[in-house]
Amino acid sequence: MALPKYTEPHYRIWHYFYLTICGAVFFFLIAPLFVIFPLSFNAEEFLSFSDGMKSLDPDAFSLRWYKDMIYGTKNPWGLAAKNSFIIAIFATIGSVILGTVAALGLSSRHMPYKGLIMAVLISPMIVPLIISGVAIFFFMAKAGLAATHTGIVLAHIILGTPFVVITVTATLSGFDHSVTRAAASLGSDPVNTFMKITLPLILPGVISGGLFAFVTSFDEVVVVLFLAGLENTTIPIQMWTGLREQLSPTILAVATCLIILSTLILVTAELLRRRSERLRGINQ
Amino acid sequence: MSSETKQILTTDGIPLEVSLKKAERKNKIKAFLLVAPLLFFLIITYVFPIGDMLFRSVDDKMVTQMLPKTFKAMESWDGQELPEEEVFAAFHEDFIKLVEDKREGKLSTQLNYTKNGFKSIIKKLRRASKKFEEGNYKEQIMSVHKRWADVEYWRAIQRRAPEFTGQKYLKGMDMYVNEEGKIVSVEEDRRIHRVLWLRTLEIAFFVTVFCFLMAYPIAHLLATLPMKYSNLLMICVLLPFWTSLLVRTASWMILLQQQGIVNDFFVGIGLVTDDNRPEMMYNKTGSYVAMTQILLPFMVLPLYSVMKTISPSLMRAGKSLGGTPFVAFWKVYFPLTIPGIGAGCLLVFILAIGYYITPALVGGASGTLISNQIAFHMKSTLDWSFASAMGLMLLSGVLVIYWLYNKIVGIDNIKLG
Repeated sequence: MALPKYTEPHYRIWHYFYLTICGAVFFFLIAPLFVIFPLSFNAEEFLSFSDGMKSLDPDAFSLRWYKDMIYGTKNPWGLAAKNSFIIAIFATIGSVILGTVAALGLSSRHMPYKGLIMAVLISPMIVPLIISGVAIFFFMAKAGLAATHTGIVLAHIILGTPFVVITVTATLSGFDHSVTRAAASLGSDPVNTFMKITLPLILPGVISGGLFAFVTSFDEVVVVLFLAGLENTTIPIQMWTGLREQLSPTILAVATCLIILSTLILVTAELLRRRSERLRGINQ
Repeated sequence: MSSETKQILTTDGIPLEVSLKKAERKNKIKAFLLVAPLLFFLIITYVFPIGDMLFRSVDDKMVTQMLPKTFKAMESWDGQELPEEEVFAAFHEDFIKLVEDKREGKLSTQLNYTKNGFKSIIKKLRRASKKFEEGNYKEQIMSVHKRWADVEYWRAIQRRAPEFTGQKYLKGMDMYVNEEGKIVSVEEDRRIHRVLWLRTLEIAFFVTVFCFLMAYPIAHLLATLPMKYSNLLMICVLLPFWTSLLVRTASWMILLQQQGIVNDFFVGIGLVTDDNRPEMMYNKTGSYVAMTQILLPFMVLPLYSVMKTISPSLMRAGKSLGGTPFVAFWKVYFPLTIPGIGAGCLLVFILAIGYYITPALVGGASGTLISNQIAFHMKSTLDWSFASAMGLMLLSGVLVIYWLYNKIVGIDNIKLG
């Protein structure tokens, strides 16, 4: 964004002022995440930078909180991580299947009451989580599924499907339906056409929807707080209790791992988005 | 001219119109069948339970079922003088049955919600009722305690006759039905819920404003920079977006604590003295700062996707027609971004109004929102019908905004990432 040479001085000042503001906002967005990294290597039990850390003394840094996270006897992180992954994986599979099939129906031009149905399908994303939590808790309690993995997985399918529906519908909006007609004219049945033609083409959208569903489930705490028993504890629940009660640096070690995980997911999602844009010919 | 128009037939001899309609209907059913699994799944596990909340919030059958005969006898009572003997007799009959089932405690708790003072007189009545003689129950019950001879208490019982009540909704707005049956507000210093509603609106509103003010310049920068730079900067927006909410809240807890980095910085530049560090967490400030940062990506992304479509030649055209850059921006660029502003603001406002986790962790007592009150009643007081009522009041507000969002932006146009 180099300014042309003839720019008048007050616009020049304004321009640099604007860039400074932007820089400050970017800093505000990203900097808080980077506080966690160094503090998770703190050798002491405090959540602030010790004098040793400020002078970069190697003794002030250690891996003790990471060791505590993995080997700590009282720490429920192992169980929580296992539960989180199991629940998130099943919830993602459920959301992706239900959401993709629904998106196929929704993007058909024959779909009746499209607006109304779309509003219902998206609603779990819009309704405040606390209300979803109360409603889902009432249902699961009646169905005898409170404090079970099944109940939590079902709850996360509810919360995850809107993301899949949105991303897959968006991908399908650029989809050329003549290819499915071509397949049909060549004698392929609808299921075969979907597996061989449609699915490979919309796969980036499906996967990025799945990533959203995975993150939603993996990160979800409000509904789980209502539903989970002691054996169903998840990483977010442990973080929540940890942040409320004993704020220990172990939480920062876990948080660092979560940031690394989200970076991986971000990179995957971005690559997929670019690939799908390239396929649709949007990218300049 | 021939008046007969020839009907077009298909090869099977069916009129084309009928055949087309049939095919159309078949396609409609096919499309619907694809949506059906998710739709029915959501209706059963999500839409009905929200309906169940509505039912719970107004359900008041408990007392109605505990005193069936009393309410039947009360139907002919005008509520002016003390009721007749038949009402007392019916009440006695119901009461004896409740004592047998050991449920009179529940009755006293319920009636005490309506009017204070029922707990003790029901306890007294239980003890006395063992020695009651047959007949003339009016005299006998009235002699147990003077409150039983007070017509106010009988009116309080009568008010519990309907199976449904809007009392929980009134309580959510700090109002109640008084002895005369009028809706009045509770005393000034006990209006906790109104304070919470107003604070929720206030925080949601200002968080939306802050997000807008911060997101607009960076969305503009992202949309106008060349691809290779903007992709890099986009990571600054997307990484927080994909990072766990609890991780981001945790980082604010570290930053804002009294010995935290923000306070260190303030001391360092001499803004505050070391022994006078301001409390920035466990109050409104904490909620504002953390919620703004957490919701900022939801404002940047819709703005960015709109700004991306605005051709830079429009601004150049504005300038070439004699407008200064500011005029060109204000008259040409800004109006074109309004759909993005609407989408971002409504999205952030909807998310902020129902926020729970972040205010609970960094908000303290003065920074919590209505969601925290709902969670409190679900988990601590176990007054689920009240939690349901408050939840539905919040929901109705959100649905109005959702409807607006749908009108202005269209839910099909929600973009993610």
